[in-house]
Amino acid sequence: MNSQQLDEMEMPTQTSKLNQFRTNFKEGNLSFDPSLRILSRSVLENSDFPTTRNESWKYTRLTKLSQLSLTTTEKINSPISVPLKSPYVISIVNGNIIDLPTIQGVSISRLSDCSEKQLELVCKNVSIENDVFHALNTLYIKDGILIEIQENQQINDAIQLIFETQESSIFCPIRIIIVGKKSSKAHFFQHFSGKGTGLTLPVFEYFIEQNAHLSLDKIQLENDESFHISTDQVYQERDSFFKINTITLSGKLIRNNLNILVNGENCETNLNGTYLLGDGQLVDNHTVVDHLKPNCNSNELYKGVLNGKSIGVFNGKVFVRPDAQKINAFQSNANVLLSEDASMNSKPELEIYADDVKCSHGSTTGQMDEEAIFYLRTRGISDRSARALMTQAFIGDVLNQIENEEIVDYVQSKLVELHDWVI
Amino acid sequence: MANYTENELAKDLENQEYKYGFVSDIESDKIPVGLNEDIIHLISSKKEEPSWLLEYRLKAFQIWKTMTEPEWAHVHYDKPKFNEITYYSAPKQTKKYESWDDVDPEMKETMKKLGISLEEQKKLTGVAVDFVMDSVSVATSFKAKLAELGIIFCSFSEAVKEHPELVQKYMGSVVPTTDNFYAALNSAVFTDGSFCYIPKGVRCPMELSTYFRINEGGTGQFERTLVIADEGAYVSYLEGCTAPQRDENQLHAAVVELVALENAEIKYSTVQNWYPGDKEGKGGVFNFVTKRGICERNAKISWTQVETGSAVTWKYPSCVLKGDNSIGEFYSVAVTNNYQQADTGTKMVHLGKNTKSTIISKGISAGKSQNSYRGLVQIHKSAQNARNFSQCDSLLMTDQCGAHTFPYIECKNPTAKIEHEATTSKIGEDQLFYCMQRGISEEKAISLIVNGYCKEVLNQLPMEFAVEAQKLLAISLEGSVG
Repeated sequence: MNSQQLDEMEMPTQTSKLNQFRTNFKEGNLSFDPSLRILSRSVLENSDFPTTRNESWKYTRLTKLSQLSLTTTEKINSPISVPLKSPYVISIVNGNIIDLPTIQGVSISRLSDCSEKQLELVCKNVSIENDVFHALNTLYIKDGILIEIQENQQINDAIQLIFETQESSIFCPIRIIIVGKKSSKAHFFQHFSGKGTGLTLPVFEYFIEQNAHLSLDKIQLENDESFHISTDQVYQERDSFFKINTITLSGKLIRNNLNILVNGENCETNLNGTYLLGDGQLVDNHTVVDHLKPNCNSNELYKGVLNGKSIGVFNGKVFVRPDAQKINAFQSNANVLLSEDASMNSKPELEIYADDVKCSHGSTTGQMDEEAIFYLRTRGISDRSARALMTQAFIGDVLNQIENEEIVDYVQSKLVELHDWVI
Repeated sequence: MANYTENELAKDLENQEYKYGFVSDIESDKIPVGLNEDIIHLISSKKEEPSWLLEYRLKAFQIWKTMTEPEWAHVHYDKPKFNEITYYSAPKQTKKYESWDDVDPEMKETMKKLGISLEEQKKLTGVAVDFVMDSVSVATSFKAKLAELGIIFCSFSEAVKEHPELVQKYMGSVVPTTDNFYAALNSAVFTDGSFCYIPKGVRCPMELSTYFRINEGGTGQFERTLVIADEGAYVSYLEGCTAPQRDENQLHAAVVELVALENAEIKYSTVQNWYPGDKEGKGGVFNFVTKRGICERNAKISWTQVETGSAVTWKYPSCVLKGDNSIGEFYSVAVTNNYQQADTGTKMVHLGKNTKSTIISKGISAGKSQNSYRGLVQIHKSAQNARNFSQCDSLLMTDQCGAHTFPYIECKNPTAKIEHEATTSKIGEDQLFYCMQRGISEEKAISLIVNGYCKEVLNQLPMEFAVEAQKLLAISLEGSVG
């Protein structure tokens, strides 16, 4: 097939899969800049689901997603389960916001209650033009949440964002905007879980002001049939700190877009992630760290273990813009393949336009060290336990980055439960 | 030059002029500008080709017409106008040269300027040179000696006439006409190139080398190289390029195919120093080359390249490791200066069991240049115990240049081990300080560090070539390479 024919194939038609896909959705009515809605609509009308010919979806096929027939719902059933003790719980069920807590030093409001001025933050750094999922989110969000950590406030307990899908065939777009005001400090815990086939499509926008400190642990515990495509768009100002740990435990297809704009000097950025995949799962982590200003550090560590017929994708980009001197940017991706049918696609990229920098990336793909397994076996540890121990040690580097012990314990217990570990 | 600083070095680098820029005045036999089926018929008839080759060309041309120019590379340039290029240019000659004395003295002079005097090489180095000036080879030496061993080393057109069965069997078997835009173009309009066949179990006793030059202004050069090492054979093949200074962009779209049959080994080394354009980024050669080798069981292919020239480089010497236990290697130094752009790297496709690949890539960017490494390591399901090691380092000499790394690592086999590592930095202050503390001047220290930085790759070059490679590196980065 020549390229001309392929081009014709990509031409959208009245019955494009994307148009079919969104027939049951109703546009939201938040009062943000109407041009965003117009743009989203035109993007959706003029394009289709990205194919593997699209560089950023090269290894992730969306055919199964595009065939789904989804709808939205306002139904909320049973009470949700909350993993942590912290009293600050924001819960979103089936894409609907349940209730918002009151936290001293934090202002939390629904986007539907926000002023037009506050809504200016919507899509400030999220580009709609090149991403149909951003367009889908922007056009169909019914509501969202604006969380502002007030100046000089330090929130000690984790703020829990609990996302739960209780029904099958549900489309859940949600928009959360988090502003860490000057010299504030907060820690967020995001937990995603779901039932049945569906698409969870959250877009998070973070604005981290001068000297603010924001850390985030994201746990993805989706159903084996569920699709999850999320975007975390981070904007850092000078002297700020940002850290995210993404722990992917289950899900059918999980795509995480993590884009960080470091637009200030003396910032620190940490991105860590781990994924343990079983049969029929696909996890795609796309990260971008864009250094616009000098004197910053960024560290990235992603580790994954792939079992069964699973596919792992890692694409990490580091940009160092002209004149952004004295940048230290490190990136590392390590993978272990446990089965014949697992495959891993790793693409760490560096684009450097300044000379006084130290940037590096590394990527490895391999298997479990049989000698180490043997060593454990000689000490009377069963093969199963030995492998579980080794896996735990491998991803331990990432789990160690989680500072909150309660979260570490929670993740450990889930791992044991999901993988039948005997330790 | 005790106070020689990095800034001065950067300035010196910018002021570098291309040293091999000259135009030799030889009458050329040109065909009309443009590209259509008539031109292809004309090229084919001028070269007195058999009909199967003409058909091959026409088929490739049909495929090429349906293709679009690739745009994914990290380079920006005005696309060549394919209808304004002359696709055939041969130095005018009435009869074939019988001996060295018959060769046009002016051409000899050209070769002398390039530092590849044939007489000298014949006597001193034992290197057989198949010298390609524009598109027709004009001198071949040591042929008889090689023939004794059954080695065929000749121009591509000669091979078409004398060994059509080999050419027909292997041409396009590694790089098919459908491979990419420039490979298809080459397949349609290639004028000449080199052909080499090493018979079973023969170890080629000398380094085979070909020098390419682009001489005629506005002439595209489309060589085709085919190297076949039969079972158990060994050959080391050298390719070196220099081109005279030009203001208009010249297009070079070559295809190199290597076939290493069972237990064979091919070592292919390139030193490339085509005209990179002037300080303002005007002119220079577009180098869009498709190079690929296929390894059968226990075979080995090793690519070594020192890339210092060309305005735009788009080049990925690759290995298809088809047979079990086969080995692929890629060693590269790419230097870009002023407004040069290079997007180069390799592809290692592991198909067989116990296949191994090593990638060592060293990029040096100076001036306002952009230097990218783009590589693919692909481990297929069948490649049990495959092993890959990649290291891609970039050195930045000024604050206006760029160095980029785009590795693709795809693994479908759980027994494979893949390592990839890349670093980007400038010459470390501490390294400089360490050297200077021991009484080494800054300039010498820089040269020492750059030398050491490239050593891993330069060590891979055959002795005869290492000298030339160092000469070219020195020209590209004078002041930093001592």
